[in-house]
Amino acid sequence: MIANRIAKPLIAALVAAAVALPAPALAQRDPAYEAARKSGQVGEKTDGYLGVVGSQPASVQDMVADLNIKRRANYADRAQAQGATLEEYAITQGCILISRTVAGEKYQAPDGSWQTRGAGAPQLHSRCPQ
Amino acid sequence: MKVSKLTKPARTAHKPRIMGKRRAIAGSMMVLGSALLGGCITVDAPNEPIVIELNINITQEVIYRLADDVRSNIEENPEIF
Repeated sequence: MIANRIAKPLIAALVAAAVALPAPALAQRDPAYEAARKSGQVGEKTDGYLGVVGSQPASVQDMVADLNIKRRANYADRAQAQGATLEEYAITQGCILISRTVAGEKYQAPDGSWQTRGAGAPQLHSRCPQ
Repeated sequence: MKVSKLTKPARTAHKPRIMGKRRAIAGSMMVLGSALLGGCITVDAPNEPIVIELNINITQEVIYRLADDVRSNIEENPEIF
């Protein structure tokens, strides 16, 4: 009972901290990946995976392929835990990842075209939480 | 008045091949047949399958259910996002 009283506010505080501070998440990206995002060499696709924008060096293509393999494995695990399909989970992740892109980064619009994120909201598919 | 009749009358100029009741049935069959042919409706398959719209609706419900887990996934695995 006492443990519960302490644990509940603690969990609430941790959740609040996680929501309020998305910045540390950005800090943990590989510097090469972060740079490729900033320069618009790679972009977030609607299917939840990274895409190579235009023709880019092999190093960028390999990096994207490697990250996408890791994402796929992650989606498979999380989807199973949620009782969803891999595709459903990946598409949901795509919605949130596109909505979290920052100005200057590339993302895929619902029509499949690459867009550069501006100051406003990105073009999200109608199925995504708006 | 007495009708005089020849003992061996000449044949009629045109003799129908089918006569009487059978002729009536044959005629009605022809009318029915042509009505069936004329009444055919041609249905063209739509160019875009309708199923896609359904999939999107189902997925939207699932997306709203998964959205919270997806958000925590980004926090838990920042290196791949």
